[in-house]
Amino acid sequence: MPKVNVERLRSASVTRRESDWEGVRLHVVTGKGGTGKTTVAGALALALAADGQTVLLCEVEGRQGISRLFDAPSLPYDERRIAVVPRNGATAGEVYGLAIDPEAALTEYLEMYYHLGRAARALDKVGAVDFATTIAPGVRDVLLTGKVYEAVRRKEKKRVHDRPTYDTVVLDAPPTGRIARFLGVNAGVADIARVGPIRRQADSIMALMRSPQTAVHIVTLLEEMPVQETSDGIAELRAARIPVGSVIVNLARRGPLDRPTIEAASADQLPRADFVAALHETGLPADDATVEGLLTDAREHAIRVAMEDELRTRLDDLGRPIYELPRLADGADLGALFDLAGELTKQGMA
Amino acid sequence: MTAPSVAPIPGAHPLAVDALLDDSSVEIIVCCGSGGVGKTTTAAAIGLRAAERGRRVVVLTIDPARRLAQAMGLAELDNTPRQVEDIDTTKGGRLDAMMLDMKRTFDDVVLAHTSPDKAREILENPFYIALSSSFAGTQEYMAMERLGQLHADASSNGDYDLIIVDTPPSRSALDFLDAPKRLSSFLDSRLLRLLSTPARGPIRLFSAGMGVVTGALTKLLGAQVLTDVQTFVAALDTTFGGFRQRAEDTYRLLQERRTAFLVVAAPEPDALREASYFVERLRDDRMPLAGLVLNRMEAPAAVHVSPERSLSAAEALAESGQHPVAAAVLRLHGERMTRAARERRLAERFASAHPGVSIATVPALSSDVHDLPGLRQIGTRLGGE
Ligand SMILES: Nc1ncnc2c1ncn2[C@@H]1O[C@H](COP(=O)(O)OP(=O)(O)OP(=O)(O)O)[C@@H](O)[C@H]1O
Ligand SMILES: Nc1ncnc2c1ncn2[C@@H]1O[C@H](COP(=O)(O)OP(=O)(O)OP(=O)(O)O)[C@@H](O)[C@H]1O
Ligand SMILES: [Mg+2]
Ligand SMILES: [Mg+2]
Repeated sequence: MPKVNVERLRSASVTRRESDWEGVRLHVVTGKGGTGKTTVAGALALALAADGQTVLLCEVEGRQGISRLFDAPSLPYDERRIAVVPRNGATAGEVYGLAIDPEAALTEYLEMYYHLGRAARALDKVGAVDFATTIAPGVRDVLLTGKVYEAVRRKEKKRVHDRPTYDTVVLDAPPTGRIARFLGVNAGVADIARVGPIRRQADSIMALMRSPQTAVHIVTLLEEMPVQETSDGIAELRAARIPVGSVIVNLARRGPLDRPTIEAASADQLPRADFVAALHETGLPADDATVEGLLTDAREHAIRVAMEDELRTRLDDLGRPIYELPRLADGADLGALFDLAGELTKQGMA
Repeated sequence: MTAPSVAPIPGAHPLAVDALLDDSSVEIIVCCGSGGVGKTTTAAAIGLRAAERGRRVVVLTIDPARRLAQAMGLAELDNTPRQVEDIDTTKGGRLDAMMLDMKRTFDDVVLAHTSPDKAREILENPFYIALSSSFAGTQEYMAMERLGQLHADASSNGDYDLIIVDTPPSRSALDFLDAPKRLSSFLDSRLLRLLSTPARGPIRLFSAGMGVVTGALTKLLGAQVLTDVQTFVAALDTTFGGFRQRAEDTYRLLQERRTAFLVVAAPEPDALREASYFVERLRDDRMPLAGLVLNRMEAPAAVHVSPERSLSAAEALAESGQHPVAAAVLRLHGERMTRAARERRLAERFASAHPGVSIATVPALSSDVHDLPGLRQIGTRLGGE
């Protein structure tokens, strides 16, 4: 199990204010491929644990992204504790990891509703399980969301009654293009099965997915395509009546130039003489090429900032809370994940 | 807007992109890499450059950014190559581009290999619809199918002499190499064979436990669904018999000398790890690798002011409170130089781990690449000008 940097988290939890998402039990993290869904889901789970919660972090795409992120051995179809977050010397919270495997979920499901122990094994032998979980993506999604639902609703028998096993579940979900279909798959089941246990299960899952206990967060970069997908994804979620949470801008740059300087740079109106004087004063070469080079650097930066501003405006117009995570210089390793968690806490996401 | 260039990476062979594009024995270039690194941009940029150097090119793109698609005249996803206007044709080249429509490609295979009645039955089958729109790897599989078709057409009618293929993002896998195998093993699965021969009776095929299986399937899926599956499976054999054969042919085509792979990567630790994986995987599968494209490298303009000196100058100015604007710009420059140095270290490390792999670098332009001038600029950098 990873060692936790207590100092970093302590500073995060001391400055804690009320989270923007009190009452949410299921945090779903989606976004365009490669924008940082797994990283953000991991950071959010840590941030919630730093608040004292017992958190389950699950993934559904069979990629073992969680174990890689937490430097843990591959996760079996079984919940494993992957991080303990101490606070002021005592244990504050824990993160458990689960890689939901559709085939194992199917076997579990068949057993639960049909008591099909032997038949399930026979089905598996002829490849029916493979068939159901590969060719019929609807079936697979029903199984995966079913397992997530079960984890959210599970109660701990040994503790005081009514206490859920997990305070919150964080789902590292499929990408934006498939998210509404994925979370809403049980609405389709309800259309086919009019009565019976499958129908009841489907209705309960949809009720959770559409309740204020669920929030779907979308990770994006300040680039055209991820922003477009964010806005398309929000529209689809709204149409499916699934609650949209926040937008998380990942890999954000925080440049040292203030607004007036950026505007001057893009209008090519930076004070040249001032640059020459500053270079002289600090003993740097003040030839034309150097001055021109610095002005070019500033101008290019201003162009990028202008484009990012335009994209930020488009994100603002979506009317959702926005959090921003910086680009970490050395990639998102485990230590860095705690920094990102602290950042989310500071901004009110956890 | 002129982009600064990136200095060559010590220890790495520079990748001679122009020589590759001018080599008429190269007929196919495949751009692969992990998500968002610039595969589509690179494919389009080298397509444009090759065409303007005189080749007759078709670029097969996958999910291009909307504005890039528009700039290339691809208003709709129609699976047919469209000529790109406004390019320089003085050297006798041409550029066509198309967006892959995976469902359409799948449908075309069905239409080409069955009678119209049978085809309609298949196209309307719910299992066919599920398979053609979301079977894991369908997009990769269809990209390969479409590449095979384009190459066969090009060989017979001579419309194109260079096909450039973009690939879907893949991580820790070259899905487009694996997809044909996955589809084959699916088509060969015992269940499918079982379902496709109901007349002979399951009992004879699988002596034990079969009653339980069919019983469970009916109970789970319902009788109608079972019939749908059986119709679909029965149709598969006739229609898709040739599928596997073609997939294997395309796979072999990729191994030939007339194909060249470009691995595209961003200069970041994780992306380069992925790139290493791709390089090794291509070698294992004996696919000819042309080299690595390191895209979006930080390239500050005032290169001879070191990061240390500009950051300490910025510090000194901040302390004295003088020239705040110049101080901020010096800090910006210092940060960009620091980043550039880190990226170069990563590139050097990659080069020493893979001494045989040639590398081309492309600077990060200050705005996205959504038009032909932008693509031309990327092409110029790739050509090493
Ligand atoms: N804030 C950050 N700073 C630096 N690197 C980051 C940051 N966030 C993510 N990364 C890196 O970006 C890459 C992609 O992140 P991640 O795997 O979380 O994305 P994803 O959306 O889950 O991808 P996929 O769609 O492939 O599942 C990883 O290498 C990760 O380490
Ligand atoms: N050298 C560059 N400078 C600036 N922007 C770039 C550069 N290369 C690519 N981009 C931009 O980066 C974004 C991603 O590029 P692109 O779509 O080519 O990546 P991809 O690898 O095809 O992504 P995906 O995996 O999603 O298919 C685009 O908005 C593109 O304009
Ligand atoms: Mg992921
Ligand atoms: Mg692409």
